[in-house]
Amino acid sequence: MIHSFSALIALFIFWLLLSGMYTPFLVAAGAGSAVAVLLIAHRMDVVDHEGHPIHLAWHAFFSYWPWLVKEIIFSAWDVSKRIWHPSLPISPSLAEFVPTQNTDMGLVIHANSITLTPGTISIEVAQGRFLVHALTREGAAGLAGSEMDRRCTSMEVK
Amino acid sequence: MSVVIDVLSALCLVAGSFFCLTGGIGLIRMPDFYTRMHAASIVETLGAGLILLGLMLEAGLTLISVKLAMVGLLVFFASPTASHALARAAFLRGLMPELAKAEDASSKP
Repeated sequence: MIHSFSALIALFIFWLLLSGMYTPFLVAAGAGSAVAVLLIAHRMDVVDHEGHPIHLAWHAFFSYWPWLVKEIIFSAWDVSKRIWHPSLPISPSLAEFVPTQNTDMGLVIHANSITLTPGTISIEVAQGRFLVHALTREGAAGLAGSEMDRRCTSMEVK
Repeated sequence: MSVVIDVLSALCLVAGSFFCLTGGIGLIRMPDFYTRMHAASIVETLGAGLILLGLMLEAGLTLISVKLAMVGLLVFFASPTASHALARAAFLRGLMPELAKAEDASSKP
């Protein structure tokens, strides 16, 4: 119930922000569209803690995302330096390791964070097994039991 | 004040363009499919992020900035999913990555 309500509000705000024209007809059309989308989403059975994870929002906004942005900037800078370096100092490696998350949600957040960080791409993702391609040997070695792994797991239990 | 915003915005746009260029050059220099994807991920994170930030500074607190932020969120959620799908498809089709040999000298830039 709380998920439906929050999804409805989010959809309506999304319409209002994209539209920017607030005539009675358009606002009513927005409300109607929000309800229609919510009904379709209900038929698809995606309005739950996975499809609409509001319980993560607070922690994600104020703790995880800022940290992830910092990580992305550092690793993008590192990869950029390697690209401009005349001898192209890369050592592509595959790393297989066991993530500590238990839920699909936690695994998805961890795998997406790995891929979003330049220099590492998650290739295979399963419960208890990640296969990651890294641009450097150091990047591959730092994946198992990383700070990212710890943060994803702590977000999952919230 | 608006001069400060203009300068900050210009810096973000120039830096964003620089990282897009870096990603493009990396795409050409890298040896195989998987390493090329690493170069491309610079474009979609720092490149796109800095350009969007520069445009948002120029737009100020308006609906345009909100829409730019939505574009940023879309890129940040969709691009890792697409990259993962691409890498996984290549891997399942049997394209093995060229791996560095164990005795290679360490690769500090």
